[in-house]
Amino acid sequence: MIPVCRLADLPAGESVRLDTTPPVAVFNADGELFAVDDTCSHQDASLSEGWLEGCLVECPLHAASFDLRTGRPTCLPARKPVRTHEVHVADGMIHVRLAADVAATGEGSAA
Amino acid sequence: MRAVTVVGASLAGLYAARELRAQGFAGRLTVVGAEPHQPYDRPPLSKDFLTGAGDEDRAAQVDRIALTDPEELAELRAEWILGARARALDVRDRTVVLDDGRTLASDGVVVATGASARRLPGPPLAGVHTLRDLDDARALRAELTRGPRRVVVIGGGFIGAETASSCVALGHDVTVVEAAPLPLAAQLGTELALVCAGLHERGGARLLTGVGVARLRGGGVAAGAGAGAGAGAGAGGADWGRAGAEALPAVRSVEFADGRSLAADVVVVGIGATPNTGWLAGSSLAVADGVLCDDGCATALPQVVAVGDVARVGGVRAEHWTSATEQPRVAVRNLLAGRTVEAARPLPYFWSDQYGSRIQFAGRREDGDTVRILEGSPEVLDEGGFLAVYEREGRTTAAFAVGRARPFMKVRRELAAQESRAKETVV
Repeated sequence: MIPVCRLADLPAGESVRLDTTPPVAVFNADGELFAVDDTCSHQDASLSEGWLEGCLVECPLHAASFDLRTGRPTCLPARKPVRTHEVHVADGMIHVRLAADVAATGEGSAA
Repeated sequence: MRAVTVVGASLAGLYAARELRAQGFAGRLTVVGAEPHQPYDRPPLSKDFLTGAGDEDRAAQVDRIALTDPEELAELRAEWILGARARALDVRDRTVVLDDGRTLASDGVVVATGASARRLPGPPLAGVHTLRDLDDARALRAELTRGPRRVVVIGGGFIGAETASSCVALGHDVTVVEAAPLPLAAQLGTELALVCAGLHERGGARLLTGVGVARLRGGGVAAGAGAGAGAGAGAGGADWGRAGAEALPAVRSVEFADGRSLAADVVVVGIGATPNTGWLAGSSLAVADGVLCDDGCATALPQVVAVGDVARVGGVRAEHWTSATEQPRVAVRNLLAGRTVEAARPLPYFWSDQYGSRIQFAGRREDGDTVRILEGSPEVLDEGGFLAVYEREGRTTAAFAVGRARPFMKVRRELAAQESRAKETVV
């Protein structure tokens, strides 16, 4: 589990980027927390800088949109999904558990 | 409409094919591409593609920038004729003629032939490159991975700046040469063009401005040329900077109009692009720096529409990635309707990645607009960049950001909303 930040420090509509490998973006979408791979599956752009609307985040570079619940793109130009990760809150602290297929490299090299 | 031919298999061509199917066209769909590759994304060519791992195989390179995949290709049910150039358009029976003599009978034609890099006049020399397509990028990359070079980039536009930035990242000695007093001033205005000009020195490249290039001088045979390569003097017919240049003399220096010169091992020419309209000569379609279209991407013939870099839509030819992806929806709608029922005027938007900075611009700036910094500061780019807006009579006309993607996006959305409101009022 990777500590992210205090829940109080991530208000609704905000996001934070984790410098893991690969980087992960954590969102507070109207009170619900989501974590996905930060890099847009279309081209090198950070989804944590994207436009959050409900459960969708729009890439800040080319306006590809992803459903944070599934990681699936909802429109072009992205065609591949981004990975989703588990988010837990304990004692007011947000934690992320990286998806199994990246845990070996991701968690070990987490900054 | 039973048969539609899309001429051009790049970004705009692929989006046109997608739109045709998405909008219910069930007939025969043919896509013709001059390059042998399936549609790929060009923006990475001057960035990651140049600096990426050199030992990556060709298939992996193409896969990384591919715009489509086998699943979508199957869904599109299109016939792809790749590595074939269109030679003519016979508007009377709406036939596209290919350079191998094949003819494609069509009820509708989407012109998406793009633009080609402008080259400098003069005999071909090894070491001189343009950067427009995948093969250009491969040829340049092969040269840049052979060890430190003196690289001169001619043209300080976005392609030039991105290429220079990639060359610096690869450890080369880089000079950018711009004929105008300041690069990008026409697009960004003096104030913010100065900020972009500053990125070069900050990033480790030299920028020479206000100097016109008179000629490129060559001599000897290119380093790394195959054994037995001749002197190559007077070699004609070879394409500039392409493979097959082994026998050409190598570029040695760039000579300027004022008599000065600069030693160079590699020259990248980034001086703009010319729309690929030659094949339309004699077709009766009006061409003037692009295929002339109305606001809905339709030519004078309702069965022919044009999209992307080759299209001059409502008087404007925009060589932007976003235009190439947004015009096809409207163009296809009008093509299938048989007349212009919708206008395509996407809000101009472009971005560039240089020396670790992400630059974004959106809107319709005009000379005389004032610049207001909303966030951050152009003086301290290392501390999070800045966001600026252009204003005219108290109204925001455009936005510009360095490293401020999120607030930029907010302004961009507001500009787009403002524009669609204005459009509704007009209609």
